[in-house]
Amino acid sequence: MIEQTDLNRRRFLTVSSGAVMIAALPLAAYADHEDLVRARGELFGDRRIQDGRVTVTLPPIAENGHSVPLSVSVDSPMTPDDYVKRVAIFSPRNPLPNVAQFHFTPRSGKAEVSTRIRMSGTQIIQAVAEMSDGSLWGGGKETVVTLAACVVL
Amino acid sequence: MAGIRLAVPGTAKKGETVEIKALIQHAMESGFRRGSRGEAIPRDIITQFECTYNGEQVFAADFHPAIAANPILTFYLVADVSGEIEFTWIDQNGQSWSDSKTLTVA
Repeated sequence: MIEQTDLNRRRFLTVSSGAVMIAALPLAAYADHEDLVRARGELFGDRRIQDGRVTVTLPPIAENGHSVPLSVSVDSPMTPDDYVKRVAIFSPRNPLPNVAQFHFTPRSGKAEVSTRIRMSGTQIIQAVAEMSDGSLWGGGKETVVTLAACVVL
Repeated sequence: MAGIRLAVPGTAKKGETVEIKALIQHAMESGFRRGSRGEAIPRDIITQFECTYNGEQVFAADFHPAIAANPILTFYLVADVSGEIEFTWIDQNGQSWSDSKTLTVA
């Protein structure tokens, strides 16, 4: 009886660690995407992008890829000395990696913007923010697209 | 074409951060679609948006074909003094559309 419990626990650990690895895979896959990396390089050069401060909000499932509500907010006081200069949005799976670029000023008050985008398939939309001190911060969000815009995009 | 809808509060307190919504009617033709005879439909998109407050830029955006038709933007502005908030959209051929609203700061 004890042995049985032990085996179950061992099997559970094996299966769950496998699940964690699979969940971590897409992160590695999108970072390799050449087009996205090139597009990001054109806008920001090869400067280091730190993780955090950028929150991308997308629905977990988008039934229609033609119009998906996207929100991006960046954690910043938005004062004349410390504000977000711009935020660029990238897509690893659309025909073009660039989606949009938003330019903020201290007069924006809040580094937050919402719009609607086209998505040709399930993917992780990425956002990179450039602060007034020149530092870069990045974030992303995955959305499952059931009707892709790629068919007729 | 090019109907513009703006949502700007009429009055605000000094220093208040107000929400702005700006929409323009535009097909944002991506250039990746094909017509019924298989011919490519040429790209026709708005590429730039700018919002100014008493002549100073508050917010701007660059659009690519991945922005959905009838682009809508929701962003924020710090009310400072009463004045004109002007919105301008420019398409890939340089044609532009603009509209403005008056914000009264109490």
